[in-house]
Amino acid sequence: MARPSSSFAIDARDLVKTYPGGPGKPRIQALDSLSFGAESGTIFGLLGPNGAGKSTSVKILSTLSRADSGSASIAGIDVIRHPDRVRKAIGFVAQKQVSDPMDTGRENLVLAGQLQGMRASAAKARAIELLDRFSLADAADRQVKTYSGGMARKLDVAIGLMHRPQVLFLDEPTTGLDPEARAEMWAELEAMASHEQMTVLLTTHYLDEADRLAGRLAIVDHGRVVVEGTPEQLKDALHGDAVILELAPEVAVSDGLRAIGDALAEIVVEGRTIRGRAAVGAVALPRVLAALDDAGVGVASATVSRPSLDDVYLKHTGHSFVASKENAS
Amino acid sequence: MTIALNSTVTHTGILTARALRAFFRMPSYLIINLIQPIIWLLLFGQLFKSVVDIPGFTGGQSYLVFLTPGIVMMMALFGSSWAGTSYIQDMDRGVMDRFLTSPTSRTALILATMIYQAVLTVIQTLVVLGVAWLAGARFGGGAVGILVLLLSAVLLTFVFAPFSNAIALLAKQQTALIAISQVLSFPLMFLSSAIMDTSLSPAWVRDVARYSPFQWAVDAGRGALNSSPDWPTIWADLGLLAGLTVVMTWLATRAFRAYQRSV
Repeated sequence: MARPSSSFAIDARDLVKTYPGGPGKPRIQALDSLSFGAESGTIFGLLGPNGAGKSTSVKILSTLSRADSGSASIAGIDVIRHPDRVRKAIGFVAQKQVSDPMDTGRENLVLAGQLQGMRASAAKARAIELLDRFSLADAADRQVKTYSGGMARKLDVAIGLMHRPQVLFLDEPTTGLDPEARAEMWAELEAMASHEQMTVLLTTHYLDEADRLAGRLAIVDHGRVVVEGTPEQLKDALHGDAVILELAPEVAVSDGLRAIGDALAEIVVEGRTIRGRAAVGAVALPRVLAALDDAGVGVASATVSRPSLDDVYLKHTGHSFVASKENAS
Repeated sequence: MTIALNSTVTHTGILTARALRAFFRMPSYLIINLIQPIIWLLLFGQLFKSVVDIPGFTGGQSYLVFLTPGIVMMMALFGSSWAGTSYIQDMDRGVMDRFLTSPTSRTALILATMIYQAVLTVIQTLVVLGVAWLAGARFGGGAVGILVLLLSAVLLTFVFAPFSNAIALLAKQQTALIAISQVLSFPLMFLSSAIMDTSLSPAWVRDVARYSPFQWAVDAGRGALNSSPDWPTIWADLGLLAGLTVVMTWLATRAFRAYQRSV
């Protein structure tokens, strides 16, 4: 587990955090020795249901809260020993709206910049740049209470970016947004990652969001990281892309099965459709098609589908993602 | 150290400006804040008009003149004990957490609400004085008297605004803040000479009032409006208020740590 401290922009090691459970009740374990590391310049995703410990991790790493034990550093700065220095290096977009509804979008941005030590003129110029980038220029001088949910959330991200932080925390940036606003936010976040030289810690309980935005991700359950890797690695580790073959009308399914042999596992036949799994579908499919061709078995269509993060989640936590989301309070 | 001081001053300025912007953007809130003192002044002024005729009343011949500094301090007390409301709103959103994860000076967060409340107190005090003057009240203290009255009201605000902020940070709920401000401000008001000369009250009320910062402010403000003020007593009261301001501000700054332990 020994890692050089400088290589990770966000480095969390064995974080433990408990909260009082109320009178006469045991303490609630929010984090149970949680560890992960995010490399500089990447988007790192923390994926898990509500109550898994994602927000608690963000609060500790952003100096809002303190871990009971364990250590953490941001851009090489220890969060417990030097919270003041960490606060200059980070942007923080909480799960809840971080803008002031009574101020305009521009006022929110300039205030955030000035609180970070920017001069008024520099803060104003940066605000204009970000309002343009997030397509908020037309609404810049309106009070935020008149903004739609999607606009307010984009402003939140812009507020976090004002002082060009080295590390940006995005705690569930699209929760509560409608699908259209969510898609727009994803596009903005992808563009942002290429514009700004920084590391992003993204928490989400949307599998598709983590899949699309995160370069690496850790699945968190009951306050622990249960598995960590790139979305592709995690899915590859399932040893099973789905390979679906639909045979031509004139051939016998039994001939097809004989030709395939053990090139696919877990074969299920439904009518003229053969479903099987292969470690890497893209490697297995040409072999299967060649074997079928040699045996003179015609194929109407062939599909490879990648395993979803939902499959990964199920494997590592032992419960389905949808079910655990519903169980979480 | 100078850098820290600089940023505290800058942060106090921009955070105070933020609070004042919000205030002036809510015309209804502005109007309520201006009408409220007028209602209190005229209502109590009429209701207790003949109090001055009770034998043993030592507050002069005009109840309106007696009452005016009392109403000024009442407004300052009620307003400042609500100061924590803006923190509750910031906590309900992610605004407070964003401030606390940035280099925002904790002291500036407290000072900004104190100065903002003090601005409201000054506006309300001037309205009360204007209405009292229109209703026929005349004060012997002149401009100096009015300035010292304003100073007393501002110091009272400086005591209770950070207290309210500390409660907000500890309780984190609007209902708790309402409960505490009601439980505190009404007894403080009635256990004082704000609306009734305590020489007519039971002795225990006078004893309690002696240790009440609200009473210190009422005494100082009323004394300063007199044609022959007892300055040593007034400055002693103001000194006590100033000392308590320092203590309360320090406590409120400490309350951020308690809040951060609870999130």
